[in-house]
Amino acid sequence: MLELDDIQHILLTRVPALTGRYEFLSFRNAAGGRAWLSAIADKVQSAAAIQASINQDKRWVTVAFTWNGLRALGVDEDSLSTFPEEFKQGMVARAEVLGDTGENHPDKWVGGLARPDLHAIVILFARDAAERERCQGEHDKLVAQCEGVEVLSTLDLDATPPIDYAHDHFGYRDRLSQPVIEGSGELPTPGSGAPLRPGEFILGYPDESGQAYPMPQPEILSRNGSYMAYRCMQEHVSRFRDFLRQHGQTPQEQEFVAAKLMGRWRSGAPLVLAPETDDPGLGLDPQRNNDFNYKEMDPHGYAVPLGSHMRRMNPRDTAANMNRRRMIRRGATYGPYLPEDAPEDGVERGIAAFVICASLIRQYEFAQNVWVNDRNFHELGNERDPIIGNHDGTLEFKIPKRPIRKKITGLPAFTTVRGGAYFFLPGITALRHLSTLNAQV
Amino acid sequence: MSNTSKLDDWTKPAAMAIPEGGFFKDRVEQGRYGPIFPRTPACYGFSIIAKIIPGREPVFYEYAKNIEEAVAGQPDVLAVLKLHYLRWNLFDIQGETYFQYMGIFDTDFDKYTEDAVAIFAASGLNTVFENLEGFPKDWKTNAAAFIKFVREHQRPSFLEYGEYPFVSAEEIKKALKLKAAFSNMLDQMQ
Repeated sequence: MLELDDIQHILLTRVPALTGRYEFLSFRNAAGGRAWLSAIADKVQSAAAIQASINQDKRWVTVAFTWNGLRALGVDEDSLSTFPEEFKQGMVARAEVLGDTGENHPDKWVGGLARPDLHAIVILFARDAAERERCQGEHDKLVAQCEGVEVLSTLDLDATPPIDYAHDHFGYRDRLSQPVIEGSGELPTPGSGAPLRPGEFILGYPDESGQAYPMPQPEILSRNGSYMAYRCMQEHVSRFRDFLRQHGQTPQEQEFVAAKLMGRWRSGAPLVLAPETDDPGLGLDPQRNNDFNYKEMDPHGYAVPLGSHMRRMNPRDTAANMNRRRMIRRGATYGPYLPEDAPEDGVERGIAAFVICASLIRQYEFAQNVWVNDRNFHELGNERDPIIGNHDGTLEFKIPKRPIRKKITGLPAFTTVRGGAYFFLPGITALRHLSTLNAQV
Repeated sequence: MSNTSKLDDWTKPAAMAIPEGGFFKDRVEQGRYGPIFPRTPACYGFSIIAKIIPGREPVFYEYAKNIEEAVAGQPDVLAVLKLHYLRWNLFDIQGETYFQYMGIFDTDFDKYTEDAVAIFAASGLNTVFENLEGFPKDWKTNAAAFIKFVREHQRPSFLEYGEYPFVSAEEIKKALKLKAAFSNMLDQMQ
């Protein structure tokens, strides 16, 4: 039985927000940090709390901490030592494992995210800009009242137009494939697989191995918690559009290239089910747009190239132990929309997303290290994920095709990592526990 | 992040001398669980050597039969490990029995570590490791402890050779399939 009233809502629910704001905080003194947490904890909704109110709610708040942040709040060394090694090290130290080298190196990150004194993130999702502004003002007041709480940086999020469905700046429909947690009441869409044991995503429950993943101690701190990998990725929209024009003579051919990179048409229609022409009706239909496999339906990648983004990030029936590699994704786009045919405007835009899982090393780091950045994934030889892999212009992308495959060489980097961090996402009880640490001593 | 360089020429047999410790100091690649042993003309591999718990020899022979049956029953049971060959040996040093487990495969061990642990648990491969001294009892839930044991007992090569260097098992199988297809084509032309 999931303790929905103790689990932060972000783990289980995708809220209907059109704007948002992330604030990255540092605690110069523990008491100030705890005072801040004590006040903001009241605003953090549990999964149970928003079940009833989601249609009326105008804003949703999530709070999470780095390992250094837990220390800054006053968590003792005995407890800190029980957290997993990769979380203790933090995303910066794991840069090579994650492929964060070259242009993606933490030395080039912005917003203070590579700093060791990054301690916390507060995530605000809001229904509209007015509500975001109001919440921002409230939070500014709170921070001003809490001694030693410093805002390292902020990031404003906005849905990219047209806003009637979620998509990124490249135009790809988003939020198509998401694991469903057993006991959440949600039903998986056809092709999405059975619901997964909660322990894959939430600490304190059995996972797909039948056991519970080891929990940091004391249990009050970790129960109903999870880990969250944050990634801020700039999307080079002009570069992407130029690439499509370079490799497609007509708009139709350009759409086809875009579809091959992703594995889906930008409408969301999967190439396995719509291999030759786009089918927007299929793209928006959750009962159909995920209902396919690779082993039987597309073993050679004639529809979905073996190296395409979608096939790497979820190889479905062509990977072992898939149920131990699933992740929950949340997030939003930032930066202004670049209209079609508009020249590069020099303004940064991209995706600022979270990957939520019970084991960063087994789930998130595996995906990043093997699926995204292993050049030899599926024996491809000299490829990385064409959308989010680390690219320096020397790699290629192969599109299986009869009689002879098409090979695109010198693939440019369509995205650049601008920042990231590993956070621990405590349960509601744990937030209160953290906010009263000093009182317990 | 292995790199299959176009310069890898399978027609030219190659040998590689490996420094003491098993790593080329100036180009050690970090994996999720630690530094990755380099790819050589004989692909990736490991040689795990450990002392067995005294008196447990019969378990190893029993285990061999089990693995034979497991692979016969489900030929792709070990597919995820991307293997070429596995060899198991028992040998004596001063009256004590040691076990050697040598594998040659196409991916660094770090990448599919958890898959390997899962296969061990599911297929009975584990039984032999549980008869080694120092093997962690909680290995099923503690991948990190399992990996630590493997790394501590790994004896890296100081020299490796490949008659057809850097060729993956998948490429070999593709070549043989192609040969079979050509042979079939020629039959149809008669």
